[in-house]
Formats: sequence, structure tokens, C-alpha cells
Amino acid sequence: MSVTVRLPTILRPLAGGTSELAVEGATLAEVLAALDAAAPGTGARVLDEAGRLRRFVNVYVGDEDVRFAGGLDTPTPDGSLVSIIPAVAGG
Amino acid sequence: MTSVLDRPIEFGPAAAALACRECGARYDLGPLHVCADCFGPLEIAYHDAALARVTRAAIEAGPRSMWRYAGLLPVPALVGHDVGFTRCVRADRLAAELGMRALWVKDDSGNPTHSFKDRVVAVAASAAKALGFSVLACASTGNLANAVAAAAARSGLRSVVLVPHDLEAGKLLTTAVYGGTLVAVEGSYDDVNRLCAELSGEHDWAFVNVNVRPFYAEGSKTVGYEIAEQLGWRLPQQVVVPIASGSLLTKVDKAWREFARLGLVEDTDYRVFGAQATGCSPVAAAFKAGHDVVAPVKPATIAKSLAIGNPADGPYALDVVRRTGGAIEDVGDDEIVEGIRVLARTEGIFGETAGGVTVASLRRLLERGLLDPDAETVLLNTGDGLKTLDALAPVVGPTATIAPSLAAFRSAFGSGLS
Repeated sequence: MSVTVRLPTILRPLAGGTSELAVEGATLAEVLAALDAAAPGTGARVLDEAGRLRRFVNVYVGDEDVRFAGGLDTPTPDGSLVSIIPAVAGG
Repeated sequence: MTSVLDRPIEFGPAAAALACRECGARYDLGPLHVCADCFGPLEIAYHDAALARVTRAAIEAGPRSMWRYAGLLPVPALVGHDVGFTRCVRADRLAAELGMRALWVKDDSGNPTHSFKDRVVAVAASAAKALGFSVLACASTGNLANAVAAAAARSGLRSVVLVPHDLEAGKLLTTAVYGGTLVAVEGSYDDVNRLCAELSGEHDWAFVNVNVRPFYAEGSKTVGYEIAEQLGWRLPQQVVVPIASGSLLTKVDKAWREFARLGLVEDTDYRVFGAQATGCSPVAAAFKAGHDVVAPVKPATIAKSLAIGNPADGPYALDVVRRTGGAIEDVGDDEIVEGIRVLARTEGIFGETAGGVTVASLRRLLERGLLDPDAETVLLNTGDGLKTLDALAPVVGPTATIAPSLAAFRSAFGSGLS
């Protein structure tokens, strides 16, 4: 399952400055693990010590916030776009 | 992303650094809002010694605007000199209606674009100027859109404002009139917010609630400062604050803790209460369930200025409410409209839907015995009812429509009006 991960500015230095990386994985958990292998250090930024999504990071598979879907178990079908985005304040 | 400047950047006298609220990591002051280690939000850290030089006398000698507290803000007044120091009025008739002893309304509809958002934008736009940006941008539920477009127009910045396409017509018009770029996005505020977070990685713009958010958020402290000063340099016992992202509520608390720590007021106990619309009540739901994380929701409420389904400062708002012994309530759309009408009928103050949420939530908190009717309480009205006329159109209107004759008037009212 080839998935494109779009990185926020703060993670790009860990990925050689690129804004998108292609990785393999059938679920979000697998995608994040593959991302950490390709860009070491990204996993610990996105997940806390217990392996849960940190509370100030939003992750989308396509247009869906994974908190409305299956969290880390959210399926990532072939060709999915996964976006990692910091939470921002209101307006 | 920092613009190149040929002069030193001018920050406030006490601003020291950016600090992560989650892990404490520190960064130089600049257009940065997320901790590179943990995604936690960054906040302005101050030099205590510089803060301590701020006195009541110095504040009282300052301008009649939010900038009288410039010594406690991260940037000097480069934009928005006329913002703030709005009225804080004793509301005895509303208090009587609700069975309370002492109530004030802090009425931020009196700001230049008629909501409290002028405060945060004044600080964010001043930071944008100080940092050398030429474009001021935001994601908005409407009030921020008005404030950003107007501040940009007045200060010679370009504005790019993104809003949900289904906003009240009035809020689109009152943004577009200032002449910047207004983009209506076919999605919810949370969709717009996400788009702006992505755009901020691609454009060298000052997004007031993204990359300059640590500066922006500090502007909300001035609501708290003003309440304390206007009550005669003391803290109220209770305050009721509407919750959208949760930022305002946390900053009112921060303001009062700063004032107490600096000796500008006596360090008395207060309780902070939150108000949400039931159709978008993720923070109220977390409070009632005893959770310290906020599960996002998809909003459906007439209180569009509060319709943030994924509130970034929700966890901190919960912390403040629980620490101070307050509570968070939520109210339905009919109660919101009734809340607007009660405030207007008793105090002559026309609040927007967010004001209706706050009044109706206050009533609910009283009914549930969570808020003390005998304690001194301040209610925040954060915006002008003229912004959300749609909500009232179905329920208020002329008492009668008559021909221009005495007979017609008598026929309509008989002797019923006196």
C-alpha cells in the first residue's frame, strides 16, 4: 500500500527538507512506523511515550480527521494522502 | 519563514522567549507556534523583573485602550491603537432577572470591528509588522475575519482571510468591505483551519492564529486586565466566558494570575466558568465526562463564532475551570436566542449569538447550583448582535404594523400601552 505523507514545517528537517514522503502501510500505525524508518525521529514527535497520538497533533487520512475514524487503526488504502498538521487556535 | 529585516526587531519590554506549554522547550521570539519536539503550543515567556516594573500608576497614566498594559504584552502598539478599554457595566436588571446579587457585563462589542477579536489582532498585527511581514492572514469564524481585514487596511498590510462559505452574510460583507482577499471555503471552520495550517507552510504570511499565534493569544489577556482595573483593582469572584478554541478563557485566567503575582491586585480566589452551544460543545462534554482530552465534534449551531469542533486550547480551558472550581455548561439554539433577548431587554446590550450562549449558560449554571448567585460575577459579551441578525429575524420584529393614523394605533393597541 503506497501512501503519501504530507509533513508539517516542523517535521521537514527530519526528512531532508522535503514536504512529502511516500511510504508503505495498510493502517495509520503502519504508515507512521514506516515514516519513522524513512525519517528517523518523526515517530516520537507525533506519538507520545505510550504510543498514542499527541494531543496537539491532528492527522488526516484524505479529508478525514483520524479521531473521527479509527485513530491509529484507520485504514490507509493504496494511494491515500496522510496529512500531519499541528492544532491551531480559534477565530 | 522569518522575513529579512534591516533593523532590529522590536518586541515588548518584558518579552523573553517562546516556551512550549507541554514540555517547556524554549525558542527565540519569532513566527513560530509549535514545539518541534512535541507539537505542543508555544506561549510567550516574560522576564519577571521587567514585568515587575509595571505599576498601577503607570497603567492608569497610559492610553484609554488595551495598550495601557503594553508592559505586559509581547510587542509594542504598532497596530490597533484604538482597541480595548471597553465598558464594564453593572447589570442590576439582568441580575434581578436571574436572581443574582452582583453582576457586571464586560462588553467587547465596543471594539472597532465590534468583537474582542480586535484585541488579539492588534497584538498579532503589531507582531507581524515587527517581524517584517507584509501579509496578514487568518482562518476565521467571522469576527476574526472582520478584525484582520480592518487592521490590515488601517496599517497598510495586505489581508488574506479564509472563512467557511456558510457564514452569516453580514460577516462576509463586513470583511469584504475592507478590500483584502476573502476566500470562502466549502467546508467547516475546522476544514478552513486545516487549510490555513497547510498554507502557512507554503507562504511567507503572518497567519494571526497560526504562526504568530503566541503573540495573538496574549491580546486576550487585556480583557482580564481591564475587568480587574474597572472593578477597582480587584478580581471578581466568578466569571463566565464563552468557549470556542478555549484561548480567551485561559488568557483571562492568565491575566488575573499575573496581576495577582505582580501585586497589582490582591490574590483572591475566583472561579472560571465556560459556556458553549450544545451544537458544538466538545469542551463542555469533556468537562461533564471528567475527561482531560477533548474529542472533536462536527458543529451544528447558530452560534457560528463559537463553532470550533476541534478546539486547540480545550485541554487548557478544562485545566483552568477545574483548578478554579468552576464548571462548563452548554445551551441549545432556542436558549441562545432567548439569552440574546434577555440581555437586550434587561440591559440594553445587544450581543451576538456568542453573548446569547454566555447569558443562557449563566442561567443554566445558576439553575444547576454550580454558580453562586450571591458572589460577584462578570459575564463576557464578546461581540455585537448586529453581526448575527439572522438568528433573531424569526423571533423579533415590529409589535404591530399599522396605517399612519391615530385610529389605526388605537385599533391595534386600544388602551393597552401606557
